[in-house]
Amino acid sequence: MTDILDIAVMAGFVMVFIAVGLAVLRLAVGPTLPDRVVALDMMTLAIVAFCALAAIRTGEAAFLDVALVLALVGFLATVALARFAERQKLRGQNGEDE
Amino acid sequence: MVTVIAAILVLLGGVFTAVAGIGILRLPDVYMRMHAATKVGTLGSGLILVGVGLHFADPGVVLRCVLIFVFLMLTSPIGAHMIGRAALRIGIVPWGIATGEPPVEKGKAD
Repeated sequence: MTDILDIAVMAGFVMVFIAVGLAVLRLAVGPTLPDRVVALDMMTLAIVAFCALAAIRTGEAAFLDVALVLALVGFLATVALARFAERQKLRGQNGEDE
Repeated sequence: MVTVIAAILVLLGGVFTAVAGIGILRLPDVYMRMHAATKVGTLGSGLILVGVGLHFADPGVVLRCVLIFVFLMLTSPIGAHMIGRAALRIGIVPWGIATGEPPVEKGKAD
């Protein structure tokens, strides 16, 4: 019975790694700053899933705390970068005016 | 039985996470990529977290899983909304809109 869960967890690891790799690719080639912010958001979600899978694999429930803190910090990073991208444009315009 | 259900949920969550990764690479626009990251990514992570809660079947672990899932469901639409608003104000034209002036609300940005 446990073999099924082991196989599923390994397959989940592989697919989460694929998602992280594709998000890193988008982070590298993304033409604009919001593209990169979205890729970072996706990486945060994928690593939360990775921590949950690691909790099953090792039997340590402490990985869920890591996932919780990562979700919190990832949201803060997304909001901060979105505000930065928004303000950057406004600051450029105002700087020309002043 | 519970193990089989947890395995199916974990596998399904992994598939949805991989689909989100493919979507974030393949879709043509920031706005569409945002949808792939927020909706499908949250679904994948949520399914995996439900699988973890079923596997451990411990009140503290289930509480933590529910907390993470509720937090993701609360924050990912807010983050997507902020990124989309920033992209629209920067002046990124949505894919499929041919030409003309970009649909930015001019009065607020200036």
